[in-house]
Amino acid sequence: MTATAPELLTGLTEIVDEICGSATAEKVTLDATFDDDLQIDSLTMVEVVVACEEKFGVRIPDEALENLKTVGDAVTFISDAGVAA
Amino acid sequence: MTAPHRARVAITGLGAVTPLGPDVAALWEGLLTGRSGARLLDEPAFADSPVRLAATCDIEGRLDRVEARTLDRVQQLALIAAREAWADAGSPEVDPERIAVVVGSGIGGALTILGQHDVLRESGARRVSPHLIPMLMPNGPAATVGLEFKARAGVHTTVSACASGAEGIALALDILRSGRADVVIAGGAEACVHPLPIAGFAQMRALSTRHDAPEAASRPYDKARDGFVLGEGAGIVILETEEHAAARGARIHGHLAGAGIAADAHHVTAPDPSGSGAGRSITLALRDAGLQPTDIGSINAHATSTPLGDIAEAEAFKIALGDHRPPVTAIKSCTGHLLGAAGAVEAIAAVLAVREGVVPPIRNLDDPDDAVDLDLVRVTPRAHPHEAALSTSFGFGGHDVSLVVTR
Repeated sequence: MTATAPELLTGLTEIVDEICGSATAEKVTLDATFDDDLQIDSLTMVEVVVACEEKFGVRIPDEALENLKTVGDAVTFISDAGVAA
Repeated sequence: MTAPHRARVAITGLGAVTPLGPDVAALWEGLLTGRSGARLLDEPAFADSPVRLAATCDIEGRLDRVEARTLDRVQQLALIAAREAWADAGSPEVDPERIAVVVGSGIGGALTILGQHDVLRESGARRVSPHLIPMLMPNGPAATVGLEFKARAGVHTTVSACASGAEGIALALDILRSGRADVVIAGGAEACVHPLPIAGFAQMRALSTRHDAPEAASRPYDKARDGFVLGEGAGIVILETEEHAAARGARIHGHLAGAGIAADAHHVTAPDPSGSGAGRSITLALRDAGLQPTDIGSINAHATSTPLGDIAEAEAFKIALGDHRPPVTAIKSCTGHLLGAAGAVEAIAAVLAVREGVVPPIRNLDDPDDAVDLDLVRVTPRAHPHEAALSTSFGFGGHDVSLVVTR
């Protein structure tokens, strides 16, 4: 079964909460940008990516990362990768 | 040639997280009551360790989860002690370009490098933390403290094994006298209680193996001493030029009157049995402070509880102080050996001894070694009003650092 967009958003929010804390997790929306809105720096973004790969069983290559500006971009990428929930 | 102008340096803030407790108050109370911070390492990771003794700090809940996860434990300890010291100094408003940092560490982010090596072997390179490098680098604790207080006058790391913390304070004195900063946040931090460093020290036969009585294991100058007890912690002091401290009406704990640095050039780990390098560092510190041997009212000895080291240090006191025998304490009997943090924590104890007019007792000193002719303070604190204290620190590599603190 493929995870739905709301399920992916919930999962991503959990990851952000774990890595960046609840104050940042509260700001997570599909439109939120990782850099400006969530203030996630490049090192921490690598952690978020690795956590997504573990949680959703996808591979997010560095080339793809450049296009993941918002949380919604990440949800779409993971969803398109056909992830098991 | 005339001596250059020497700014007087005030000590306006103290911070320490040690096996005796969360702050300077707990450290001092523990020293006065002769409490031990040593314990048996009963965690499964140490089950096969040849030595299962250490003196560890409880910092659970001191930093928030997010703050802690990108900082190695040595950085966390440095940050906790620095926050206490800065608050103790009254959280002064200082131009960031006039604040410098020196935080020494003997080993750096050892727990991170070892833990992440396990991750690499078990899960591969893509699972290695992107924070690995800033967490393992030896300048990590200094960088963490520098970021916290926006210090922009230079952030430095002294690395001289068990003299790192004392050397950090000595470098801070140079920085203030040279006019490169008005305030320096200085000290040392260490956190390497892990089976690998313990195995390494154990292979050197440097550690006590008194497993049946952990609290009796660290016993400087006692006939039955058999090595040191590995500890962790951090000590940080806020140093200011007297002028800067006076201008803001700061409370002054005491003064850093002088520092002396020498090297044995004898053996990479064994102390020079003649004590000549160590003795020279004391003589240099006295000269730097403009004091005579007889001005020294107490000594906070390096005294790690190793059979050879304690005796070599006693020789050094003889060389530098002659017949003058001020009361000597050795706080590693309580704290364990905090390696790169030791010199900083002990400088704090020396400041408090002068400020309070009390020399803490050496714990576990049941049967003083006849080879040591010193006035060792035992059993109870000694009320002893005095104006100046000497604190000595020596490190693998032959590093000798002595500090003189005054009222």
